[in-house]
Amino acid sequence: MSDHELDARRLLCPMPVIRTQEKAAQLKPGDTLAVICTDPGAIHDIPAWCRVNGHEIINIQQQQEEIRISVLICDE
Amino acid sequence: MTETRKAAALISGGLDSLLAAKVILDQGIHVEGINFFTGFCVEGHTHAIRKKDKAKPKRNNALWVAEQLGIKLHIIDIIEEYKDVVINPKHGYGANLNPCLDCKIFMVHKAKEWIEKNSFDFIITGEVIGQRPMSQRKNTMPVIAKESGANELLLRPLCAKNLPPGKPELEGWVDREKLFGFAGRTRKPQMALAAEFGFDDYAQPAGGCCFLTDKQYSQKLADLWKAGGSRRYELDDIMLLKVGRHLRPRPHFKMIIGREDGENKFLHGYRKQYTHLLTASHKGPLVLIDGEITQDDLDLAAQIAARFSQGRNADKVEVEVQLLDGSSQTLCVRPIAGEAIPGDWYL
Repeated sequence: MSDHELDARRLLCPMPVIRTQEKAAQLKPGDTLAVICTDPGAIHDIPAWCRVNGHEIINIQQQQEEIRISVLICDE
Repeated sequence: MTETRKAAALISGGLDSLLAAKVILDQGIHVEGINFFTGFCVEGHTHAIRKKDKAKPKRNNALWVAEQLGIKLHIIDIIEEYKDVVINPKHGYGANLNPCLDCKIFMVHKAKEWIEKNSFDFIITGEVIGQRPMSQRKNTMPVIAKESGANELLLRPLCAKNLPPGKPELEGWVDREKLFGFAGRTRKPQMALAAEFGFDDYAQPAGGCCFLTDKQYSQKLADLWKAGGSRRYELDDIMLLKVGRHLRPRPHFKMIIGREDGENKFLHGYRKQYTHLLTASHKGPLVLIDGEITQDDLDLAAQIAARFSQGRNADKVEVEVQLLDGSSQTLCVRPIAGEAIPGDWYL
């Protein structure tokens, strides 16, 4: 199990979701992925992507313009 | 025990692809969705850049459809490959720069590649004969199947009964009798089927789901190609065409002017890539300059920037200019009069 980070700042949705999907495909169940983004749409889309693809949201933190979405990679 | 067949559904986020996938899911087929991102997709988030559109839903419709259906969704970035579809469409454009038929062929072709890689059996789309003037006609349906390479593996559940049976029907993977024979531009059969399935909150894009069908957007893209001397684009170019007021005062430079705070914030992210202007003495928009400019051009751009600031009626407005080489200057200009801006400067 390892922790990973993805910089998706300035990307507009659905690009943060696509980059999350690509990164998640390289990870193992139990790994965590923190996605840092600036498009507020990601607050809706990354959790939706997790729900349909079987991953879990650990938490979502918003500080000023930046949003940090932590995802637990699960066995799909 | 019979093998569970697997279908990849092209999910746009609209009603037709939702229904097509549901019809096949209900026949016991394992369905997963594919959604292609071309860069030209109209998403709630693009609208959400503008504050005035904040009330619009920010959901990604394709993900929302997948959730409603309880299926996985694979969003695929085809930005680079899609350029050739936009720039050199074999079947030409529709009313604007929309290469709808080539687009559909390309997407089904990509779906064919995807099913081969992922060991799926066939592809489904929400196409309906006669629904769209360019890509969804009786005579284009076989063209899409053939030129995409999908051939008999392409199933259109909503209008299948108007078409010859394909492999999923002939092999008995799906029951043709439970498919539909929708045709024409009417949406009533789809709405009735949605009601039957209990779907009442689906996306209904009035102008389609692609910016290339938009007249003004297409004009801005055509201008970009003309000014650049070639039909090329990068993702940033086409994203910026969705945002702000675009004016071309001279053939060699264009101004992108934020229309409100949301757009200014978005344009702010591009400030290191472009010479940009901001009024200092009055509140005003962020203005990006696309092109090579002289000092005279800068003076003109500053007058225009001042025109779109709260100092539009002032005698003098201070405008800060940040150049690409890192240097800056402050210009003190009289805002250009509204009537001095020719209509053809607006793109």
